[in-house]
Amino acid sequence: MRYRYFPGCTLKGQAKSMEDTAMAAAAALGIELIELDEWQCCGAVYPLYEDELISLLSPVRTLAAAAGEPLVSLCSACHHVLKRAQELMQRNQDARHKVTDFLEVEYSGEGRVLHFLEVLRDDLGFDKLTEMIKKPLEGRKVAAYYGCLLLRPSKVMQFDDPENPTIMEDLLKTLGAEVVKSPYRTECCGAYLSVTEEGVASDTVARIIDSARQAGAEALITACPLCRYNLENCSREDGKEPIKVYYFSELLAEAMGLPGESTGADGSKEEVAQR
Amino acid sequence: MPRIGIFICHCGSNIAGTVDIEKSIEAARGFPGVVHVDEYRYLCSELGQDLIKKAIEEHNLDRVVVGTCSPRMHEVTFRKAVTEAGLNPYLLEVANIREHCSWVHKDIEKATPKAIALLRAAAAKAALNDPLVAPSVEVEKRALVIGGGIAGIQAALDIAEAGYIVDVVEREPSIGGRMAQLEKTFPTLDCSACILTPKMVEVAQHPNVSLLTYSEVEEVKGFVGQFDVKIKQKARYVDPVKCTGCGICYEKCPAKTPSEFEMGLAKRKAIYVPFPQAVPNIPVIDRDACLYFRKGRCQICAQECPPQAIDYEQQDQIIERRYGAIIVATGFDQMNPSHYGEYGYGQHPDILTGLEFERLFNASGPTGGKVVRLSDGKPPKKVVFIQCVGSRDKARGMNYCSKICCMYTAKQAILLKEKVPDAKSYVFYIDVRTAGKGYEEFQRRAAEEYDVAYLRGQVGKIFPESDHLMVHGVDSLSGKTIEIKADMVVLAVASVARADAPEVGRLVGINSDSYNFFNEAHPKLKPVETHTAGIFIAGACQAPKDIPETVAQASAAAVKVVGLLSKDMLQGEACTAEVNQAECSGCLYCEAVCPYSAISPVEIEERYHGGTLKRTVVEVNPTLCHGCGSCTVVCRSGTINLKGFSNEQILAEVDAICLQR
Amino acid sequence: MIIATGKSSLIDEMKVQSGQNPAECYQCAKCSAACPVTAAMDLLPHQVIRYLQLGLEEDLLKSKTPWICASCFTCAARCPRDLDLARMMEGIRLSMLRRREGNKFGPADLTPEQLEKLPQQALVSGFRKYNK
Repeated sequence: MRYRYFPGCTLKGQAKSMEDTAMAAAAALGIELIELDEWQCCGAVYPLYEDELISLLSPVRTLAAAAGEPLVSLCSACHHVLKRAQELMQRNQDARHKVTDFLEVEYSGEGRVLHFLEVLRDDLGFDKLTEMIKKPLEGRKVAAYYGCLLLRPSKVMQFDDPENPTIMEDLLKTLGAEVVKSPYRTECCGAYLSVTEEGVASDTVARIIDSARQAGAEALITACPLCRYNLENCSREDGKEPIKVYYFSELLAEAMGLPGESTGADGSKEEVAQR
Repeated sequence: MPRIGIFICHCGSNIAGTVDIEKSIEAARGFPGVVHVDEYRYLCSELGQDLIKKAIEEHNLDRVVVGTCSPRMHEVTFRKAVTEAGLNPYLLEVANIREHCSWVHKDIEKATPKAIALLRAAAAKAALNDPLVAPSVEVEKRALVIGGGIAGIQAALDIAEAGYIVDVVEREPSIGGRMAQLEKTFPTLDCSACILTPKMVEVAQHPNVSLLTYSEVEEVKGFVGQFDVKIKQKARYVDPVKCTGCGICYEKCPAKTPSEFEMGLAKRKAIYVPFPQAVPNIPVIDRDACLYFRKGRCQICAQECPPQAIDYEQQDQIIERRYGAIIVATGFDQMNPSHYGEYGYGQHPDILTGLEFERLFNASGPTGGKVVRLSDGKPPKKVVFIQCVGSRDKARGMNYCSKICCMYTAKQAILLKEKVPDAKSYVFYIDVRTAGKGYEEFQRRAAEEYDVAYLRGQVGKIFPESDHLMVHGVDSLSGKTIEIKADMVVLAVASVARADAPEVGRLVGINSDSYNFFNEAHPKLKPVETHTAGIFIAGACQAPKDIPETVAQASAAAVKVVGLLSKDMLQGEACTAEVNQAECSGCLYCEAVCPYSAISPVEIEERYHGGTLKRTVVEVNPTLCHGCGSCTVVCRSGTINLKGFSNEQILAEVDAICLQR
Repeated sequence: MIIATGKSSLIDEMKVQSGQNPAECYQCAKCSAACPVTAAMDLLPHQVIRYLQLGLEEDLLKSKTPWICASCFTCAARCPRDLDLARMMEGIRLSMLRRREGNKFGPADLTPEQLEKLPQQALVSGFRKYNK
């Protein structure tokens, strides 16, 4: 199984542990992730106005660089931007001509654009993954937190059921964890509002964490560095037991018995979120 | 050479005021084949008609052109007149010089040449008119009603009362349909069973009605007056003659399966009647649930049945009958709202559809008439009703309004308050639509006297939390977002066409709209007719509708059937398509476009270079053809002609208009 | 209140560039019910569409709501009219930003602590959404 890999900027910075653990797991699973030779930031948010072509240059350049090979990313935001940019290139001929002419590349929307979770589910298969689990996460009560970018808009992302997704729970089950289903697992964490409107993000995060805690979770997994940052840094002090937040790949590597340690979304070695 | 007579009507000043009659007569005398021209003040009067009849005799006319009002108005009158003078009625031609000319013009100088052109065209066509004879069809004095819900029951009773024999085919083991599932009916709150059961019994006992329950229509052939229908009567495995309806069999039966009648909220036995008031009160064995059919053991029902009515060897029967007319009354389904992930239907036992909630009120329903939560058996204290789940939704549902939900939600909120006095209802709505006699008053009572909180807005998501459902909604009037800790949520899901409606439509030969509801022939003036003569529709198979509307439509359809069956013979359409098979290439385009299934392929043998050659051509069934002409347009070899409107005739008209001479 | 009857360049442009026609909205307000960040908004999401329908361009440009929208796409996912409100919100933001008078946020606004801890993704998306 051979894929081109787009890391994105956060995975070389604050979210290095997501990359390290995912790469280790991929190698052990025989999934070859070949990093693109030259890449630049995807832009982090997909431009929602169709004349914002300048913001498409970077993702389209990345898509073209994959040269038709399946393109994998780990960060939800990168995957979201790449997948939607690809959909626009398929759908809007005018935008495609303008962007590819400017970049002087040939690209017309070809190639699979995948999140690493999809590779595990669809290409490898969770059945196959089960065989590779050496240290199952027995007794660990873990809830999945999906957030927005993997799921919506579902017509484009085609990742999972947008309201009742199962892919992360299925992964957790495979890893041997005790799966906890939290009702707020697809609600937004506040995204970039933590930069300008921290109070708003605190409200959304409080709901997500309370809901997970009520459901009995001791830890959450996510595939998005910003979600993790918000969940760890925007929650209010409430005197309750803090909840751990992991990248999905960290628990994957752990269950596979691979070395690696969890770091906070800010790169610090704090194991437990400050609550 | 034909001998054409032209008669121009003044229609008082209606025509004569704008068309120069003298000039028109002068011009008409010069048309080819015209041997006589006359005019009259009111040609449609008796004196006017006599004028035409006399002229036919005196001048030995074999074609008649009248320059009058629209043929829609008086073509029949003049056809009758020429028939009385011994001519075939189709040898008459009408030039519409009133609606098409004098009424739409003011300038006599311009209107007159136009009237002359129209007359010249009519004369050119008349010269090519052939005598035509409409085929006649004998009428089978028996009607078929497909569907035994309230629509089918009402239609069957009306037809039977008018003195005609009628068969009702019902797929389920009992008649009654959706109405039998309801507890009470809006806006009067009378008990549904109390008003439906007497009708079920009446229709079952009526000497003119045969009920074919647990049966399905397999094939419909033929045409108005003579539909040949195959009906499959599924094996009940119970002898209906011996069975006394005592109920011991289903009491003793050990096999259980979800009850369709209870929307899966309760179990029924493998041998069962769907509900206590079922008509006929004869159980059926569900092969898929029965231990004997599945595993070859059990037979408890057979051992326990006092009159020994159980018959495991019973076979499906095919009944073949001829009917003069058919009413389709196959009803509707509820949309399954599982794809609205934010509502969580199917993921939590206290999130129900409207019809499921309705069953909780029923004394013989899944909770014995106690309104309780299915999760813990406690009465719900806070119930959230969500309107328009799947209706008015072009993204994930149906674009239309399902029409009945506003009313049944108000009804259920009232009934809830009566059963659980300390319960509080919240209704999230987009618009409250209560057009109907007494409806608005009823809904207002819910809001004003039964403490039902109407919140104008929708629900974003339902979050199940420990023992309650957290409903996140909004009230757009106050601009406040709302969170309700609800005990139960009721979804007013869209009413949709039956899943197999397209199949039924194909089977009986009627078409449906984009939602698979059956199409009426005209949205206003032919609400129960279809485009297929002799087939009528009634009830919610046409569009979502409530009981009063359904019953009215059923009676309307019955009147149409009775009118049809009262005739011994039906006069068909004379102007039908005919095909010259020698020129037909067998492309079958015409078959594809024919809305009446009147065209079918047929194999013919032709002599070819000394041998014989088999090839496919089409033939037209003149009794099915309505003369719409679609086939003539698509015919690649131009070899289908509509009698009375042949290509030659129409081109002659065009030539006569375009060429001055 | 006087309802604008003239042409609104914001709304005309928005129809083209977002592919969304506010007239298709029948104000069921499901977007507002679904939105996770309404608490901080001065106009609820459905009211933003209502203002677009009424041509109240100036009021929209003064509103805080488009800047609170987190582009989580929940409104679009559940809209029964198949409208994408996130795209309309982006249109209102962009029309301010493109006038080069509406930058909401710049590097100078970041605290040293934020600069150290925020993931790169947050900085990039913040600048993309709030700055031109």
